[in-house]
Amino acid sequence: MKTTLKSRAVMSVPLLCATLLLTGGCGQKEAAGIDPKLYTDSLFAVMNADRANYTKLIIGRLGPKGADAIKPNEHWEDLANGAPLPAQMFRFGAEVVAETTDEFTYSLQSIWPINSQNAPRTEIEKAGLQHIADNPGSNFYGEEQLGGVNYFTAVYPDVAVAAPCADCHNNHKDSPRRDFKLGDVMGGVVIRVPLD
Amino acid sequence: MKALSAKTVLWSLWATAVIGLSVWLSWPLIFEEQQDIFLAGAATHGHHQIELACNACHTSPFGGKEVLQSACIACHGAELKAVSDSHPTKKFTDPRNADRIERLDARYCIACHAEHQLERTRPMGVTLPEDFCFECHEDVGRERPSHAGIGFETCASAGCHNFHDNLALYEDFLLKHSSDPWLLETQRILERPSQREDLAERVEPDAPDSVVADEAPTADWQHSAHAAAGVNCSDCHGSEQQWQPKPLQSVCAGCHERQFEGFTAGKHGMRLAQGLSPMVVDQARIAMKPEAGHRELTCNSCHSAHAYDRQVAAVDSCQSCHDSEHSRNYAQSAHAGLETPVTCATCHMPRQESPDGGFHVQHNQSDNLRPNEKMIRSVCLDCHGLGFAIDALADQALIDRNFTGRPALHVESIDMAVDRAKAAPTLDNSYQ
Repeated sequence: MKTTLKSRAVMSVPLLCATLLLTGGCGQKEAAGIDPKLYTDSLFAVMNADRANYTKLIIGRLGPKGADAIKPNEHWEDLANGAPLPAQMFRFGAEVVAETTDEFTYSLQSIWPINSQNAPRTEIEKAGLQHIADNPGSNFYGEEQLGGVNYFTAVYPDVAVAAPCADCHNNHKDSPRRDFKLGDVMGGVVIRVPLD
Repeated sequence: MKALSAKTVLWSLWATAVIGLSVWLSWPLIFEEQQDIFLAGAATHGHHQIELACNACHTSPFGGKEVLQSACIACHGAELKAVSDSHPTKKFTDPRNADRIERLDARYCIACHAEHQLERTRPMGVTLPEDFCFECHEDVGRERPSHAGIGFETCASAGCHNFHDNLALYEDFLLKHSSDPWLLETQRILERPSQREDLAERVEPDAPDSVVADEAPTADWQHSAHAAAGVNCSDCHGSEQQWQPKPLQSVCAGCHERQFEGFTAGKHGMRLAQGLSPMVVDQARIAMKPEAGHRELTCNSCHSAHAYDRQVAAVDSCQSCHDSEHSRNYAQSAHAGLETPVTCATCHMPRQESPDGGFHVQHNQSDNLRPNEKMIRSVCLDCHGLGFAIDALADQALIDRNFTGRPALHVESIDMAVDRAKAAPTLDNSYQ
């Protein structure tokens, strides 16, 4: 069958579009360079390492069980040698990040929170925190839409890495659970990345 | 001559009106005068003095809420940080609070403190209904049974909580001070010596001969801390060639930087910070003495030009303008009758630790009054127990009497904290 130049041109449009689609053209945004899961896994690795190191190398070494040179306390600012608790230190990091970038956010939450404002609020948070509590050692990943924006949300277990972590939660008057042990999942780190 | 058509006349009138209106509107913008025609409404008591310095808040015509937010933080950010703001905007930027933001966008100060809406502005410049805490803390009665049934309109108005500054009101602080007597065994009132120095050697003024020396200012200066420190006439007035009969505040600020910073952050000096003329007493929205109405607020309004007597500045200067029931009752108050009196400045201009380790007088007299519970830690607890201080500051009638008598109101926050601690006596939140 003989084809005219015009018909060849018309036929070539879908082919061209298919090619451009595969290579990221035809009006489609170029795919993001990093897989969200890899991104949040990497962020969590850094957060978890820093948190554990602060707990063991600063609080453990200089606190009451070590040199007793600093007083880790919830109201550390009211003490001359007060130091933020590991969970507070973690939250301060999240607050600075929130002031620095909107590329990701993170928070420390629990289904047994000392401060009720740190209980899960979204459906993904609730499902994720329950999942990591029921399946120690595993993470949870999902997507959700909040305020009209789509997010990739990852939930990682937050484990009592030192005995005082469990003791503090067991003894705090605002704690809804008092039988934590070393190594227990006490809550979760929720990392959220906008997909839009 | 051909008569103009009706159409031509109408077009001419329209063009003239448009040009006239354009000139009328752009003139104030270009020459920065008579900008009151652009005021969307009278400003709040906190900003009314600078309401015609539009650029103070509207720093850019573009950017909307972000521009206003930056302006709020530029003036108020440091004090919010200093009091460990209980509700910083960063708490609300997390997407998990998206639903809350739809109801109350607490990422922006103007969500609660809308300007130019004086008719609905309540104390502390709040323009939301008093029960706004409900938006996020509706279930507080479940976790705090003592709070069940308490109206949300009382959270911040009954002396229990503040939105930003809870340094003296948080639960563990209440517990720590729950046994305080109303008057502490040892009171700490910092003395303010008159600053009139009896110098061993008379310091000679270096004013040029061409300046007619007035004996009284010279004598005042010779007994001042300035003379004792070697600050001579020329250091403030300049050399003979550049002699300034009345040096500007910038000369004072050259040495007293921190004091000037506080002065220009408060109501006395905030106009100066915006490049406006000094405030005059008549511009105040609180009770002032009519005879003081014409007076300008500069450094020399409270510190006379050469004597710099701190005792005068601590009470007499205030009383020469202020005319509220509170200030009129000061002279008969227990505070005034003490051997080392508690002065106006003791409470409203407390000494603060400076970053360099020294102390300075806070010259922003509003700094610990927004709201008045901010005085508890900075002032009241130097002499009084926490419970007494909380009750006293919640009792407006007692404040009006300048604290003559005892509080007629009782704020139950300490009682609630103690009851809750009794229910869990073995628990402790310190890290062991």
